[in-house]
Amino acid sequence: MTIQADSIRKAFPILSRTVNKRPLVYFDNAATTQKPQVVMDRLMHYYSYENSNIHRGAHFLSQQATEAYESARATIRAFIHARHNHEVIFTRGTTEAINLVAYSYTKKFVKPGDEVLISAMEHHSNIVPWQIACQELNARLKVIPMNERGELDMEAYAKLLTGKTRIVALTHVSNALGTVNPLKEIIRQAHNMDIPVLIDGAQAIPHMAVDVQDLDCDFYCFSGHKMYGPMGVGVLYGKEEWLNQMPPYQGGGEMIREVTFSGTTYNELPFKFEAGTPNVADVLGMESAVKFISHLGHEHIAAHENALLEYALSQMEQLDQIRFIGTASQRTSVISFLFKDIHPYDTGTILDKLGVAVRTGHHCAQPIMDFFEIPGTVRVSLAIYNTKKEVDILIEALKKVREMFG
Amino acid sequence: MTSISDKEQEVVNEFELFDDWMDKYNYIIELGKSLPPIDEKHKEDKYLINGCQARVWLHARMEDGKVVFLADSDALITKGIVALLIRVLSGHVPQEIIHADMTFIDEIGLKEHLSQTRSNGLLNMIKQMKLYALAFSKTSAK
Ligand SMILES: Cc1ncc(COP(=O)(O)O)c(C=O)c1O
Repeated sequence: MTIQADSIRKAFPILSRTVNKRPLVYFDNAATTQKPQVVMDRLMHYYSYENSNIHRGAHFLSQQATEAYESARATIRAFIHARHNHEVIFTRGTTEAINLVAYSYTKKFVKPGDEVLISAMEHHSNIVPWQIACQELNARLKVIPMNERGELDMEAYAKLLTGKTRIVALTHVSNALGTVNPLKEIIRQAHNMDIPVLIDGAQAIPHMAVDVQDLDCDFYCFSGHKMYGPMGVGVLYGKEEWLNQMPPYQGGGEMIREVTFSGTTYNELPFKFEAGTPNVADVLGMESAVKFISHLGHEHIAAHENALLEYALSQMEQLDQIRFIGTASQRTSVISFLFKDIHPYDTGTILDKLGVAVRTGHHCAQPIMDFFEIPGTVRVSLAIYNTKKEVDILIEALKKVREMFG
Repeated sequence: MTSISDKEQEVVNEFELFDDWMDKYNYIIELGKSLPPIDEKHKEDKYLINGCQARVWLHARMEDGKVVFLADSDALITKGIVALLIRVLSGHVPQEIIHADMTFIDEIGLKEHLSQTRSNGLLNMIKQMKLYALAFSKTSAK
């Protein structure tokens, strides 16, 4: 089966709407993807027939909802090939997953003078939580530099790993550049020095198969809404050895075993890290999204998206004076660029008028923009439902932009 | 002397001539291009308006009891809208600027540029222009 974007598009109701009186061309998938009908049906079904609080009531509905929720955990375990179901913690999204580790892991394992290592191409969500933790603990935040193509400097990385490094936190795929980082090598080197590695997988998970055991990462974070699932839900995968040693992130119901006013003993994994009533409906919606992706098959998704990426790049290259930001040899689904000396905001405004949705600005990665000394970029990001025809519309729209600002 | 609200109406009338968005944006881009460049010394960070995707610098001075605004932006559409704001507000006494309602932006269909995501910076721009006027009204009252 190869991907027939035209038939897949029918699964996404929003794709048939118009914007500014033109058919919507949605190229802002790195910000959030659209949702297929099955995901929305799952949410409706849960609230219509299954809604109940989980892990609590002894009644029928509560048991059924609990089973559905735990079965979603098993689906997601299989999807990322984790060893155990309890290594899958549900969160609000990537941001909360990273914050959880940045808080709980550092609290236990980071001492004053220790170091946390991130990279020059991180999203703010993989910078700020570590900055906060380092400030709190008097630890130091170190940064792996990158080159002009937007690839990590692996020599510098090897030197930055020291006896003081307590964790490496790194993105799988850069949301602003599209770079795919060589995770296996990075993780191997860190593990040689007994340093755990957290991977921000927000931009990887919709595009490629992720096997956390094969990668051997210690933590892997992602968001449902960037992989055709609902907003407000995501996953922290963590190896149980680490999760068991880490203190809870939030206190509340569900995460306890026994509470008295003199003290509390915590529940086991995964519940220790899921305080309060979880987002059951959206977890089930995310499970539907995972099934949707698995049904299409990651190899077919990658084949379609990579072919489209190459087509888009080759068409865009033919436009005069286009400057690509991020030209790594390993990349996926993201094209960041500047067009002539036209400000990204100007380009984005006219594209929008022509029905083409792109992202403009710094993409929550200001250090990357500082590195390239640019105010921001225009970003086209692809998904399974995008077509060559849409790329052609983009190219025509860019020609119009050139005409208007020429 | 034309009042601010007369000038607002003037702009609204002008924009009514455009029947398609492209003519409108071409006009805004032209306005942006024709806004006189400001002195480099006013392109410092302290004159930057917060919250814009595009950078906007704003400076003001008093001339014969009227506020004169100078501004620039690195994006042309933004600069064109800034040019409209200056055309409407510059050259008026502080009190008139402080009380200007600025509904013309909505009427000419540029409200989206004032939305949270696009650039609440333009809203900040109007606010900053009014703050200049307020500051001048205080100093001249002394
Ligand atoms: C690389 C990367 N990390 C983290 C995030 C944050 O994800 P969320 O806002 O879903 O928590 C994003 C989203 O833009 C991202 O692209």
